Amino acid sequence: MPFNLLVFACILYVVFLFAVAFIVERRAQAGRLGWLRSPLVYTLSLSIYCTAWTFYGAVGYAARSGLEFLTIYFGPTLVFIGWWWLLRKLVRIGRQYRVTSIADLISSRFGKSNTLGVIVTVMAVVAATPYIALQLQSVVLSFGVFASVTPDGVSPPDPGSTAIWVAVGLALFTILFGTRNLDAKEQHHGIVTAIAVEAVVKLVALLAVGSFVVWGIADGVGDIIARIDASDLSAWQVEPGRWTGLIFLSAAAVITLPRMFQVMVVENDDEGHLARASWAFPLYLMLMSLFIVPIAVVGLDRLPAGSNPDMFILTLPLAEGQGALAMLVFLGGFSSATSMVIVESIALATMISNHVVIPLWLRLRPKAGAGDDLRLVVLNARRLAIAAVLALGYGYYQISGGSAALAAIGLIAFLGVAQVLPALLAGLFWRGANKNGALLGLLTGFVIWAYTSFLPSFGPGAMLSEAVFTQGLFGLSWLRPQALFGTEGMDPMIHALFWSLTLNVIALCLGSLLTFPAPLERLQGAAFVNVFEGAVGPQRWARGQAEPEALLTMAQRILGEDAALTLFQSAARDQGKDGFLPDPTPAFLDTLEARLSGSVGAATAHAMISQLVGRATVTVEDLMAVASESAQIMEYSAQLEAREAELTRTAGALREANEKLMQLSIQKDAFLSQISHELRTPMTSIRAFSEILTEGDLPPEMVTKYGQIIHDEAKRLTRLLDDLLDLSVLENGTVQLTLELASLQQMLDTALTAARQTRPERSFTIHRDLPSEAIYLKTDADRLTQVFINLISNARKYCDAAEPELRIAVRQRAGRVTIDFIDNGKGIPKESQSLIFEKFARLTDANRAGGAGLGLAICREIMTNLGGSVAYLPGQGGAAFRLTVPLRLEKLAA
Amino acid sequence: MARPKPPLFLARAPYRRRRLRDAARLLPILGLFLLLLPLLWTHGDRTSLSAGDVIYFFLVWLGLIGVAAGFAPGLSSGEGTEEEED
Amino acid sequence: MTGHVLLVEDEPNIAEAIRFILARDGLRVSHLADGLEALAAVRGDRPDLVILDHMLPGLSGLEILSAIRADPDTRTVPVMMLTARGRDREAAERAGADRFISKPFSNAEILAEVRAMMNR
Repeated sequence: MPFNLLVFACILYVVFLFAVAFIVERRAQAGRLGWLRSPLVYTLSLSIYCTAWTFYGAVGYAARSGLEFLTIYFGPTLVFIGWWWLLRKLVRIGRQYRVTSIADLISSRFGKSNTLGVIVTVMAVVAATPYIALQLQSVVLSFGVFASVTPDGVSPPDPGSTAIWVAVGLALFTILFGTRNLDAKEQHHGIVTAIAVEAVVKLVALLAVGSFVVWGIADGVGDIIARIDASDLSAWQVEPGRWTGLIFLSAAAVITLPRMFQVMVVENDDEGHLARASWAFPLYLMLMSLFIVPIAVVGLDRLPAGSNPDMFILTLPLAEGQGALAMLVFLGGFSSATSMVIVESIALATMISNHVVIPLWLRLRPKAGAGDDLRLVVLNARRLAIAAVLALGYGYYQISGGSAALAAIGLIAFLGVAQVLPALLAGLFWRGANKNGALLGLLTGFVIWAYTSFLPSFGPGAMLSEAVFTQGLFGLSWLRPQALFGTEGMDPMIHALFWSLTLNVIALCLGSLLTFPAPLERLQGAAFVNVFEGAVGPQRWARGQAEPEALLTMAQRILGEDAALTLFQSAARDQGKDGFLPDPTPAFLDTLEARLSGSVGAATAHAMISQLVGRATVTVEDLMAVASESAQIMEYSAQLEAREAELTRTAGALREANEKLMQLSIQKDAFLSQISHELRTPMTSIRAFSEILTEGDLPPEMVTKYGQIIHDEAKRLTRLLDDLLDLSVLENGTVQLTLELASLQQMLDTALTAARQTRPERSFTIHRDLPSEAIYLKTDADRLTQVFINLISNARKYCDAAEPELRIAVRQRAGRVTIDFIDNGKGIPKESQSLIFEKFARLTDANRAGGAGLGLAICREIMTNLGGSVAYLPGQGGAAFRLTVPLRLEKLAA
Repeated sequence: MARPKPPLFLARAPYRRRRLRDAARLLPILGLFLLLLPLLWTHGDRTSLSAGDVIYFFLVWLGLIGVAAGFAPGLSSGEGTEEEED
Repeated sequence: MTGHVLLVEDEPNIAEAIRFILARDGLRVSHLADGLEALAAVRGDRPDLVILDHMLPGLSGLEILSAIRADPDTRTVPVMMLTARGRDREAAERAGADRFISKPFSNAEILAEVRAMMNR
């Protein structure tokens, strides 16, 4: 076929895809996606797993290694039919947390660490580079095959320039459709649909060639089976290690390949689609591989020895003169290559822009204003990244010379991305996995993969010197890249798989077990692992001091003006506010972060909001809240019990408080009537005698006597009012203290003398220990003496012993002095002990002795003001009070 | 107070759904076993795979897909109503 | 006016005032401060009128009143209650007080009440 015709066909095909993508984008914007969001499109888009490697390479693989190529399909089959285990959770998390890439997922799970994001990005780019080179190579090879068969017209250019044209073309297509807009969620309906179309082309092409081989060349199924049995193919022995290892590897790869993650998780519209894909995708894989063996067998049989088996699928129809069929196959292969490159470069570009470019940009220009549209930066970063990724692929293709067998490169890439699997699985199922563990695991796995698999793939002497291969790094034989620790004789692939993943897992576990995660990591860990239990993630923000305006400015930079305003307005409305500026509540900050995450990734979104909110986000209290939240199901019962207990405690405390209040209320009533009585009694005398005096004609001595009574009663009234005022001053803390050094002994002497006026008829025996009283206190002597008088008077009033005694005991201890007043009466009943210091308390009317029940209340207030305390000492054989005062009272700062 | 225990006996439909999930979890394990099985019989006097093996693999494959297709509607319909693991 | 009044009041000044007022009117006034002694005196002396303070050491005024009303011998003795707390009035009437005077009172008031009770 003329080369220019071939190029024309390709361009036509690309334009067709372009049109499909364009129309779908238009419909998506209009919100009329309809069947385009069906499980069918989702399943077909998953088919980018089958790249040009599987399209062309599978036949070659089968021709070289028998049935081993099936392992590449078995792994994904097992993963998909077992979707209930892992994929369901992966998709749920991806949707719930608006994950933009696998690097974003890992970074987000381990505390929104951008370091992890960068590492996964670098690993993905390194692993993807040879893979992209592979696609270029297959396209170039297929061009070469076609053009060389019919060398008329324009002579085909050399493979190198074909590769560069393909690379540039793919870059343009991807940039046009992959970076048209920056959605809140990183979805590309146009591209996905175009890929679904390509999936159909691939499948139809393979089935057509297969049918042609089985029924056109051979005589149906029976004949094919006979041919298979007769062919060399069946002589290939299956190695159990490789067989098992490759199933595992392909299973790991289907989960961790950036492009698979992109279509499976990021582009997922509906979790229900996954259920359909769980069997439909394996079915697709099975159909893709159905005719591989027959084609390989017939190809080996029919084509001249030395033909490249990777191209059998193309050369076989050509050799049989089926030009149209060959064209279909060519387009199928072209589809495989382009769809893979497009999605892979979009996925990688998202990672690069979100984890490398934007964080750098924000660091360099942290104070960028509103006019600085970050969206443009993001889009340009992605465009550049796409071009860079393709340039890398092209560079690898040039360096490797396009010689290596396709399958080998594919497996190396698989193993590279599989290094993310331990961190991913641990992140999804083990709350204890932490950032340090993930970091260690990823780095370990990556280094070992590079050393045992990636670098050796360039061949001895290219990246690693011959000496390293035979004698090991630094001449240490146990460091030979294909015989680590002396494990010689292993298949190199399995050797690399075994050591990289084993050490990766060990490093991950050790790192997680030995180091302590930051609060945010624990928070995210709980949220991811328990994504099905707790429907909503924990709140990560405390009420921030962020200005809503600043938040809006930032959101506009990323989401665009309209989207940001809509988001803010609806949030404000939800808060019951007009306008566009909602309060920066934790809930709103969470929503905003989630929206931003969908555009620039969790780590960057988090960092940007942190910048404005100005807090290191998560505190231990938040964590405590989450600890209960996240383990909700498990700890439900414990929580209920705790709550129950707390309720009981609260109810108990309430009941206690209520009882006290009731008692106080009763006491207050009693006090008021007491006050009334205390006021009325002197008033009665005063009134009665003043009336008598007014009436006149009394003998002078009577006038004097009654005048004296009036005077005494008036004084009594004054005293009562003084007490009340004193108490109120003491309680308000407005009392003026006069601090001076005073002898405790003298104060007690004064007090005892003064208290003798209370019931002077009673003779009290006082026991004192004078030496112990030889203490000088720095305090307000008058006030302290007042307390002494009150306590001694109380003893005089209430001690009901026949021969009353009072013992005063003084002790000095650690800068404080205790003074005990202990009488030999019957003391205060237990139920009253808690009340005696309350105001208005007087135990029985029977023991009334002229006070209004304010004495002890005044004592307590004075002691508090003096920096000490007064307490009832139970169990002393009588009423006993203990005063505690500081030896030296320093003036409190006013 | 203890956590309100899940009812000891479930209605028929939820019970079925739970067993379906169990089956769905077991399916990949069964699949792996069947796909590794041929490794056992390569040990004897036979060292290579024949057309019979090819047919075996495709039959197993088709069987797994069929069973998964049978499970999928039940699994996705039950989703969201009860996330409780048992 | 003649008669014997028993005054039970623990506040000496108030007792002195009442004693002066009533004595000036010609009544014989005996004063006691303790409730138990007062109960004995009511039984022994059969006063024409008992003036009873509400709050007393020993027995309260109400308790003394109840005891007086419970004893058939003293049931008919007229009793006047003195109190400084307004709401005690109800309890005093229930216990059987004939008159009730709250402190502070005017001299004329208490004299008029006592006269009225003595003339019954």
